[in-house]
Amino acid sequence: MAKIMMCGNEVIGEAAVHAGCTFYAGYPITPQNELTQYMSFRMTESGGTFIQAESELAAINMVFGASAAGARAMTSSSSPGISLKQEGISYLSACQLPAVIVNMMRGGPGLGNIAPSQADYFQATRGGGHGDYRTIVLAPAAVEEAWHLTHLAFDLADEYRNPVMILGDGILGQMMEPIEVVRKHLHGKLPNHDSRKPWALTGCEGRRPNIIRSLYLGEGELEEHNRLLQMKFGKIKSKEVRFESIYTEDSDLVVVAYGTTSRIVRSAISRARQERLHVGMLRPITLWPFPEAELQKLSKKAKAFLVVEMSAGQMIDDVKLSILGRRPIHFYGRAGGGIPTEDAILDMIRDILRARSRSRVRV
Amino acid sequence: MRKIFERPKSLKDVPTHYCPGCGHSLVHRLICEVVDELNIREDVIAVCPVGCAVIAYEYWDFDCTEAAHGRTPCVATGIKRVHPDKIVFSYQGDGDLAAIGTAEIIHTANRSENITVIFVNNGVYGMTNGQMAPTTLIGQRTSTTIHGRDVARDGYPLKITELLAQLPGSKYVERVSVNTPANMIKAKAAIKKAFRNQIDKKGFSLVEILSPCPTYWGLSPKDSCLRISSEMTKDFPLGVIKDI
Repeated sequence: MAKIMMCGNEVIGEAAVHAGCTFYAGYPITPQNELTQYMSFRMTESGGTFIQAESELAAINMVFGASAAGARAMTSSSSPGISLKQEGISYLSACQLPAVIVNMMRGGPGLGNIAPSQADYFQATRGGGHGDYRTIVLAPAAVEEAWHLTHLAFDLADEYRNPVMILGDGILGQMMEPIEVVRKHLHGKLPNHDSRKPWALTGCEGRRPNIIRSLYLGEGELEEHNRLLQMKFGKIKSKEVRFESIYTEDSDLVVVAYGTTSRIVRSAISRARQERLHVGMLRPITLWPFPEAELQKLSKKAKAFLVVEMSAGQMIDDVKLSILGRRPIHFYGRAGGGIPTEDAILDMIRDILRARSRSRVRV
Repeated sequence: MRKIFERPKSLKDVPTHYCPGCGHSLVHRLICEVVDELNIREDVIAVCPVGCAVIAYEYWDFDCTEAAHGRTPCVATGIKRVHPDKIVFSYQGDGDLAAIGTAEIIHTANRSENITVIFVNNGVYGMTNGQMAPTTLIGQRTSTTIHGRDVARDGYPLKITELLAQLPGSKYVERVSVNTPANMIKAKAAIKKAFRNQIDKKGFSLVEILSPCPTYWGLSPKDSCLRISSEMTKDFPLGVIKDI
């Protein structure tokens, strides 16, 4: 199979079609426009539905309706637009509806800029909207990985009946990389999901009416609903953690980075290894659930940790919660659309391993 | 003996939470009568609003979902696009449709989504203590306009239905009321037409229903019904606004 060049945004769109997504609604925002544009013709071609919504609020609520009706549904946006979708994401999680939400992060806060960023980590991993809930968060570091994680996102969403977020950034979304893609031509919609989704709204023929709701007004009802949701989140935490380790077995220093940043770290580490520096990387692939247990394990051997992010320091909180003060944790972050450089990371690695460490936040 | 009046099959045999004299239970019943008469109970999917009718699914015996405040037509859009052969309707109050959900209803009508919208206008936010709604009349006292709605401060009653009728995507728009038996009959006919339009794939249909709220109008149920004729219909006249 020949490889073709596609950008991350388009690959996620094509992967969604392959995964059986039959409904997409979106609203334009940079740097994820290629995905909305791709879906505008691919959904139509593959017998699905594309709607260019009047707002991100409308798009996420159309996805809510499509999901309630039993379809595999997706929306995408970038940081400011994802803030608008948070209301809907809270409702999706509360109503136990599957959906896939793509966030190609850009610099913030506010309107920010259109440069790549990882500053929506808190919003993505802490639920983001109101109430006690979590979304599963998948962080691809390459276009090909985005292909696989998009399939996984739909499967996990359906399995746990919960929204799943694909968290990328402007680089991943817009960078082209080679990938093998079979452009499957689906004719007509996928078969009804009824048998696999007995809760879906399909008309009550031959069964009792289905009701989708998150309102529980009776004494103790909402507490019980929350208890069930938390049990589900506990199950996800125990079963769905994914990460990649490189050189961590013999590392004195473990760098923790995800997504685009992890690629820069990877290059810095290969140079550091040439200098015989014992440094490795833990790359979380699921940001929620976070690879806490693996970090705990690594903290027994490694002498220090370095967290690198395109933010002023967000994932570092999860690293701290995992390591619980056992080892020093250093930080190198660039906020507002700045991109960490390989040289700066290598300098940090050298400094730390020569015990002349200092924390840096460059804004 | 022949039975000439009974509870519609689509309406569950349970007491409602609505205040005495509230129009919601009448509108619920009319919808269920229409659903039964069109024999579509097993095809209907309803979208319930945030507001007094938030738990309409406790009363309707067909598939229902809730929706975030004002996003009701978007949820209905998503369902209808997935199941174009099912009968999808959204049920919205004036705060839901004409305030927080203004953008959503305009664009849903503009896309001419083939759905039915039942818009219950009682001119107040009944669920949250009777605050001013976009449809509150000038001079009307509410819990946020204690000296009456003041145009200089609060703006004008929003005739959203007339506004929606301007859009080429709106195929059928009518305003009715449930304040008299004669108007109930007209209201039911309008609801039935709005559902039939959807079955015939005509596009976006909306029925606005002027509905009494005795609790927050500070009137008896009877006087509330009279107020609809004497005051409300001056700003919100009954009748077909558009039918193509």
